[in-house]
Amino acid sequence: MKRAFPILAILTVTLLAYATYQALVVAPTERTMGEVQRIFYYHVASAWTAGLLFFINFVASVVYLARRNQKVDALAVASAEVGVVFCTIVLVTGPIWARPVWGIWWTWDMRLTLTLVLWLIYVSYLLLRRFSSSGQTPVMAAVLAIFGTLDMPLVYFSIWFFRTQHPQPVMGNGGSIDPHMLHAFFVNLIAFTCFGLLVCWARYRLEVLRLEVDEMQALESLLEVRSSR
Amino acid sequence: MSYLYAAYIATWLIHLTYIGSLVRRYNRLRREIGELKNRS
Repeated sequence: MKRAFPILAILTVTLLAYATYQALVVAPTERTMGEVQRIFYYHVASAWTAGLLFFINFVASVVYLARRNQKVDALAVASAEVGVVFCTIVLVTGPIWARPVWGIWWTWDMRLTLTLVLWLIYVSYLLLRRFSSSGQTPVMAAVLAIFGTLDMPLVYFSIWFFRTQHPQPVMGNGGSIDPHMLHAFFVNLIAFTCFGLLVCWARYRLEVLRLEVDEMQALESLLEVRSSR
Repeated sequence: MSYLYAAYIATWLIHLTYIGSLVRRYNRLRREIGELKNRS
């Protein structure tokens, strides 16, 4: 598996370069919003990837609570951390798009507010993992992650449940989209998903390595105590 | 157009900063492993 990493990294970078070319050059300019609409290609792709990573975190948290496996816990930490990075991108690129289109950087609209709440939940998850030294930290974090996941469907369905300023989805809602735009959208979606999963894998390996170092340090201090007696 | 570039630069700046932090943490762990192996 370790040998596959550089190959997958090269493939992902190539796919990302192709996706960027599609988003910035090939996709036609949208009639009403103009060039700024191109933010959509990586804003939506980042939101999807963040959602996928938070879902992985949810599954890993449930499995951890059932089996107490350290490697599953490592996957939960990795997916939450990389998910926060992608969610940060969503919260940064959204206002940059909103300023020229809506005339404001931010509004306390339901979709925007719930996305911010989702980000805050996972940031608190990471802070809990970072600063709590209790042996129960992974259990508390897993429970928090499960509650955090409840916000995800609210974020997704908020544009249907509430009157919001956030744009409605174009696809699957009676709207039509230019085939070149659709192609650019899906290429970016796939590229960002591959990139997110690859970074998550790297973070997972780092967490496993940290567990090994902790184990070695614990063993060393045990041997020191024994030799001093 | 400047908003588009701002969003694009912000996206990759966040990603590269995070990848940089991963590389730093990885190097620190490798160093710790080396030290532990030298001591034993």
